[in-house]
This record gives sequence, structure tokens and C-alpha cells, in this order.
Amino acid sequence: MSLLKEPDHGTPAREGAATVELTVDGIPVAVPPGTSVMRAAKLAGVDIPKLCATDSLEAFGSCRLCLVQIDGARGTPASCTTPVAPGMVVHTQTDKLAKLRRGVMELYISDHPLDCLTCSANGDCELQDMAGVTGLREVRYGSGVDAGANHMDAPKDTSNPYFDFDASKCIVCSRCVRACDEIQGTLALTIEGRGFDSKVAAGAGVPFFESDCVSCGACVQACPTATLQEKSVVELGMPTRSVVTTCAYCGVGCSFKAELRGDELVRMVPYKDGGANEGHSCVKGRFAFGYATHPDRVLTPRVRESFTDPWREVSWEEAISFVARRLREIQAEHGTGSIGAITSSRTTNEEVYAVQKMVRAVFGNNNVDTCARVCHSPTGYGLKQTFGTSAGTQDFKSVAKADVILLIGANPTDAHPVFASRMKRRLRQGAKLIVVDPRRIDLVRSPHVEAAHHLALRPGTNVAVVNAMAHVVVTEGLVDREFVAERCEGFAEWEEFISRPEHSPEAVEDITGVPAEELRAAARLYATAGNAAIYYGLGVTEHSQGSTMVMGMANLAMATGNIGRDGVGVNPLRGQNNVQGSCDMGSFPHELPGYRHVAEDDVRGIYEELWGTPILPEPGLRIPNMFDAALDGSFRGLFVQGEDIAQSDPNTQHVHAALAALDLLVVQDLFENETAKFAHVLLPGTSFLEKDGTFTNAERRINRVRPVMAPRTGKHEWQIVCEIAQAMGYPMHYDSAARIMDEIALTTPTFAGVSFDLLDRVGSVQWPCHDEAPEGTPIMHVDGFVRGKGRFVETTYVPTRERSTRRFPLILTTGRILTQYNVGAQTRRTANVAWHPEDVLELHPHDAEERGISDGDMVVLSSRVGRTTLRAVLSDRMPVGVCYTTFHHPVTGANVVTTENSDWATNCPEYKVTAVQVALAPEQAAVREELTARPVPAAGE
Amino acid sequence: MDATPPHVRLANDIAAQFAHKPLDEAARQVAAHIRSFWEPRMRSALVAHLAAGGAGLDPVARRAAEELRSASVR
Repeated sequence: MSLLKEPDHGTPAREGAATVELTVDGIPVAVPPGTSVMRAAKLAGVDIPKLCATDSLEAFGSCRLCLVQIDGARGTPASCTTPVAPGMVVHTQTDKLAKLRRGVMELYISDHPLDCLTCSANGDCELQDMAGVTGLREVRYGSGVDAGANHMDAPKDTSNPYFDFDASKCIVCSRCVRACDEIQGTLALTIEGRGFDSKVAAGAGVPFFESDCVSCGACVQACPTATLQEKSVVELGMPTRSVVTTCAYCGVGCSFKAELRGDELVRMVPYKDGGANEGHSCVKGRFAFGYATHPDRVLTPRVRESFTDPWREVSWEEAISFVARRLREIQAEHGTGSIGAITSSRTTNEEVYAVQKMVRAVFGNNNVDTCARVCHSPTGYGLKQTFGTSAGTQDFKSVAKADVILLIGANPTDAHPVFASRMKRRLRQGAKLIVVDPRRIDLVRSPHVEAAHHLALRPGTNVAVVNAMAHVVVTEGLVDREFVAERCEGFAEWEEFISRPEHSPEAVEDITGVPAEELRAAARLYATAGNAAIYYGLGVTEHSQGSTMVMGMANLAMATGNIGRDGVGVNPLRGQNNVQGSCDMGSFPHELPGYRHVAEDDVRGIYEELWGTPILPEPGLRIPNMFDAALDGSFRGLFVQGEDIAQSDPNTQHVHAALAALDLLVVQDLFENETAKFAHVLLPGTSFLEKDGTFTNAERRINRVRPVMAPRTGKHEWQIVCEIAQAMGYPMHYDSAARIMDEIALTTPTFAGVSFDLLDRVGSVQWPCHDEAPEGTPIMHVDGFVRGKGRFVETTYVPTRERSTRRFPLILTTGRILTQYNVGAQTRRTANVAWHPEDVLELHPHDAEERGISDGDMVVLSSRVGRTTLRAVLSDRMPVGVCYTTFHHPVTGANVVTTENSDWATNCPEYKVTAVQVALAPEQAAVREELTARPVPAAGE
Repeated sequence: MDATPPHVRLANDIAAQFAHKPLDEAARQVAAHIRSFWEPRMRSALVAHLAAGGAGLDPVARRAAEELRSASVR
């Protein structure tokens, strides 16, 4: 595939029917009202020269290159800022226009270096292109240093690890500034000065790296010259071919063009036609791909008899044979159920499907679970109980139609940044925001965004808050009775339950810490503002009542009729790239693909017939159950696909003890991770750049993951799984990943219409995708719920057993930050460490002062299960009594302190509530003591 | 560290969610949940714990365990 250059229509599309008819250079065209002349011309096949316009940004009208003549109109208006009108006759190429454009170009070039041949943007420079199309042959004012005052010596800012800012090449078109404002919504850039002194500045005169810039790359993408340029392009040169694929970081699932020279990846460019991101990106997806070629990659299989032995590099054949033999030996000695597997949300649907098939058809049990166990399993349970399936209800675009956004336990500017940009755009347009979070996350107050209500609840009291909101809706007459009567069941019982006085905001105020009036106001806003949309994250699910909370939110949405159309819904923001997909593919021990319980005879029958082997009708072990069973000796062999459970799962000591107790631990991963330290076999995994398959994002969008390069390990991961199955005596073979998807489609009704061919043809589809919805389903439950009627469920608030005590008086909650991802295996091996070299503990200054802790001190964080040491950062965005850390660095090991508590329905760990104590680290205390003991020098000494 | 066996702790967690229901109804729902989501050896461990006296089981969880036991006997 050659380098893919997407068409640029100059200004954004307008919604509506193409009712405005006009002609451009004699060519008739019809466009929606509000469309610019420039865009209409492009749609008619006519390119109008431009520099400050690009179709990801609203028109600006500054460069004056896009001038046109319109019959009956005076002068030469800018086509980018001129809307079409019925019957308009537009001329884009006249002698007068040519002369004007050449004059404009002369002025630009008089203050621009003439170093095209050695410029990093050579061949990809719109200024260069415009010089060509305007027929520029001379610059009457001279050029470069001959042109008098100029900016040729303007300094270059190379402070950002991923891109340079070369001010000497800037034409001050403001595209970067507008991209930061309109697309990213960070407003980090500005044009400083006036007239000739105008220049792009990142904040108040600081380098990019020190500014508020979040390195999303939108400015680099928008820049028409080499002013903002990827360092990789500066170093390697322009790429020559593109492969469209899908990011492997968060659950937004952005589409990218991987741009290469030969097999060398030069840059990742967000793809405009990507349904999830529509041309936007974040610092991880855009830039942090260097881990894929990091020297730490494991490329050869390794085996050892005991995890205390040194590794022995072996051939694939030997490794696979070893795994198969040991798994069968364990089963022979300890029973069929003594082995199992864990799938990964970082792998493709096809890879996950292969593993669960291996477990069910070859291992002969249902001991397969996935890392979604520790993040969104309560979503699966809660949404299935209420709506009928485990799926976010909307597409991401839907947020643009929301009038009020209820954001609960999610921090999208850090964890789902590209979706956060969509959300911020809508908030800038006037939608209201309610934030339910103990922390004052950035969205509570950031440039041009301010939450109408921040319900800063105590950790662990989500259910009390959502019940109180529902109580207000029911008792203040805000229920959408028509929707409820027509679409739901169980309302009367639920209404009686939720109306009880114990659910009122006043009754729960002491529990939640949320002022009753504030909560009432938030509930009224949610119920009455028009389209109300709920978005939530792990701050909902990772609690002992996670499933209850998911059902509580579903109740609230149903009671107010906020389901089944644009702008509303209940939407999980999935943590990893393929959380949705790994769950869809039957990774849970009680469900076959498509969320169908293993006890359903007809469903099992489909697979039994196809696979030629019986499937157990009983659920298998979940991840925490596997650990418990490993410690009681009944579970002996585990295959872990692409997941670092030793770092990511709670109560590290317990996990380590369980892993150490196994007779066989097989780890398939890119790196020798923390889990691999307990492994007997380490099978090299493939990075997303090598994979061939699909990811399914948080909006159920199935995206192709196309191989940018051949597997560096020599094998696709699904091939390895098939070879293990074959070595265990089961004939499991596929010609390609496409054939695995064919089997998924054949056996899973919601995927019935999905194939690689379809995805290659239409780009992506959102499941359900079948005969009735051949190109997918952007919004679910439109005419009826998947389960028929939406079901109201009584959601009792049961407090967590984790309580702050005199010994552990603070509550710890955990999360992630923008530049790092999950256990950091990928991002720690990129330049992203420049922003986040270590995990820190955020705590309120009052809590710090009480403990004699200053900003930057090393502190000991301890809970009833363990302790770790990390650096303290004082922050008043934390409430008093609550502290926060991330789990990106194994050195810190935040999960050393998290506990065995878990969601009652799914066993999802309660990462968000751990009673802890924080104290100055002994070494820090010693230093402090020594400094205090030193005699104060006399004046002049 | 809590020394309660996992099957007891988890059964009690489930039971707490249904505590607002009448005992029999709550126990029925807890037993149904356990049947749907627990691997057989965990269910057996719970039933065995009940047979050994059921220490630490809350009333709803105990009744649910009894229901599971009678179902497995049948």
C-alpha cells in the first residue's frame, strides 16, 4: 500500500440534506446548508488553494489564498468562511485570483527558509504545494535573509520527546493553536504578539515540554509546514507507505495510519475515517509505539523446570511440546479441572477466541477468565441483568447530542483522552456536566469547562449516591412514565424500594459526604435537561458493590427514559483496547462467545457440534478463584496470555504465593514481566504492529488490526495456541485470522455479519452486526431492550467491609495517568517516562501536615496486607482522608497494599477502597532528623 | 489478613446484597447466583463447610448453602 493521503475538504462537514445547489467553475454541486464554498468546491472536484484551512478545524480566513469570485458578489471573498447559497455561481480560477494568490505566496515565501530539499517536510509541505499550484516563480521582496526583517533565526524548541517546534518555518496560520483549542480542548497554545511579532507560544513563554501541552499530536497533525514535526520524521525521513490499523492502548480504539519506510515504522498518524477517533489521537497512541522494537522484547521461547532456575532458550517446537506434555501430565495426576488460562484484553478477538476454545475443547473445562475480571466484569453482570447484554449503549459520537453528562468514577482526560476531547467539545458548546468522583479530576474545572456539580463522595459510597439520585427522580415526579410503562418491567417494586426514606439525599448525606441539596440539584439536572448520558469507568466497577452500581445507573437511565436514542445511554469507558472484545469472545468462565451461559444446552450444542467435543455445562474458575485453588493445591497449571497478573492484580503477596505454588505457569508476553518471574515457560508474544485480527472498542466497534510488519517472533499468537492444542491431541487449525473470525461469525449471533472482508470494505462495524443490521448497530436498545423489557433491579447499598481505622485512617484509591498505561510494560519502554518516571502518592496537604510530610518526601504506604514506599505529592484535589496512586511501575507495586475484597457478583477486586496509613519513610525521616539537628550557621558563616 | 475461607467470604458478600429480601427469597437468589457463577469445587467447598458447622456463614448464606446441598443430594 502506498502512502495514504486522505482528502482535505478545507472546512468541516455540515449535517443535513444536500439542499443547496450551486455551481463551481461550471460544475453543479449540492451541499447541506452552512457548508463553505471551499468544501462545496472540493465536493465538486475543484481544489481551491489554501493554507490556514483544514477540514478538522472551523474556518479561520487568515491566509487569503482561498479567495474566489462569486457572480453578483463584491470583491474576492475567502471561500473557507463564505457559506454557500442557492444558485451561487463560483469561479475559483481567474487571472485576478491567480495574481492575488501569487502575491500572497510571495509574502509568505519572503519570510520562509528556502531549504526545501533538506527540509524534513519535503514532499509533505502544504506551503511547498501552494507555491506550486499558484505558479510562484519569483519573490519580488527577496527571500530568506535578503528579505529584510524576518524570522529565519527563530529558535527551535526540541524539548518535547516526540516532536520539534521550528519557529523559523512557521507561517502563523494558527492551525496548531486552533487544533489545540477545537480538537484537543487543552488550549495550551496561543499566538503571542501582534503583527510581525506574532508567534506561536506554548503557554507563557515556556518550552513545549514545560507547558500545559499534553502531546496529543493534534498541532503536529494540523501544521502545514515543517514547523511542528515528528522527531522520527526529522531523523528518518518521510514515510513511503501506510497501513491502517488500530491503537493498542485504551478502550477508545483509535484508528491510525502506520506510516513506514520499508519495514521501519516512522510515525503513527490518526486516521480521519476512524470511527472512534475521526483523526484525533493522544500521546500514547500517536507517539508511544517504540516499545514494539525495544531491546527488552523476548523473541525466542524460554523454558525452565523451576522458576528459580535460569532460563533456557529453546525452539518453538520444544517449547510447545513442553507445555503440552506438562499440561497433560498435570491433568492426569490432578484432574481435568486442574489447569486453565487467562486471556488478555491487549490481544485480538481472534487470539482470545483461540485461547477460550483451547480451554473448552482441549483442556476440557471452563477455567478461562480474562483481565476484564479485574476491571469491567461488573459491567458485564450489571448491564446483562438490566438491559440484556454487556454493552455500552451508544457510539462515541453520541456525546455530541448530550445535554447533560453524568460522569461517574472516570477520568477520561487521563484514561480515555480522545473521547475526553469529544466530551469537552460538547461541554464547550454548553452541555452540563455532573462529576461523581472523590477527586477533583481535571474535568471539574479546566479551560472553558466547569462542572455544574461535583459530587465528591466518599470512596465506596457510589450506590448510596445513585440510589439517592433515583430517589429524587421518583419522589419529585421526574420519572418518564411513558418510557417506563412501554419499555420496562419491575418498576413498581423498584419505585417502592427507592422511594423509601433511607434512600433520600438527606438520609445518606453522612454516609456519602455529599451535601443533600447538591445531590438533589444534580439529580434534577440529570432528569430534566433533555438528553442525559452516563459515562463511567473503573471508579464504578472496582468496588465491592461494582455490579450493584452498574445496575443502579441503569435504573436511573431507564427511569428518566434516557436509553435508546442519540445523546443518552449508559456507557462504560473500557480500560484496555480490547476489553469489550475479550469479553465478547467467551473469555468468562460461565459464558461462551456472545455472553451465553455455558449451562444453555442449545448454545453448547453449537460448539460441541463444530468442535467435535463435549463442553462442560458448569462455570469454571475466575481469576481470584484460580489463585485460591492454586493455594489449596487443586489448580496446578496456568496459561497466561499477555497479562501481568503479578503486578496488576490485588494483594500482591497472595498472587505471588499462588503463582509460586503452580506446577506449570506459561506466560505469553512481549517482555519478561513480573508474572514471568514465576513462569516455567515464556512464549514470546506479538506487538499490535505485528498482529492480524480485530479489536472491539468500548462502543462495540470492531476495528481491523492489520500487520504493519511480520511477527518478530516468527508466529502469530493464535498459531501458537493452535500448536499447543494440536500437541495436546486436538486438531485445531486455521489458515488465517480471518478464518477464526469466520468461525466467530458462524457461532455468535451478534457477530453473524462480521468478516474481514466486510471490515476492509466499510472500515468498522459496531455489533450487533447481522442480517437485520448488516453494517452494525451504533445505538442499542432503540426499539426494545436486548432482553425484551428493561429490568429495574433493587440496589441495596451495602458498605464495603474495608473501613478506615485508627491504625489505617486514610482511604487509598488507585487509577492511571495520561502518559502511562496499565502496568506500564509498554509505556515505561518509551519516552513517556519523561512525564511520569515513578508512581507517586497524592494526598491532601492537611493529611500530609499531620504526618510531617512535605511535597516530594518518600513515604511508606501501608495497609493490613502490605506496604510499599513511594514519593508524596501534595494536592488539594484530593479530599482530606483520601489518597491516590497509580500502578504503572513494578518498583512501587501499588497492589502490594490492595486487598482481597471484591465485587459481590463478579469478584472484581475493590482497588478503589483500601484503608491505609502513610508515614514518612525511615530514610526520609533520618535525613530530616539530621538536618534538624544541625546547628544553625551564624550570620556570615 | 482475613482468615475466612474464600467461599465463606464470597457467599456472605452475595448474601448481603439480598439481605433486604425475606430469608427464603434471599437464599433462593443467592443459591441461584452461586449456581450460575461458581465453579463446582467452590460450591462443594461451601457445602462441606456447612456440613462442618458453617462457622462464619451469615443466615442468608447458610440457607443458600443448605439449598445447594439439597440440590446436590438430589
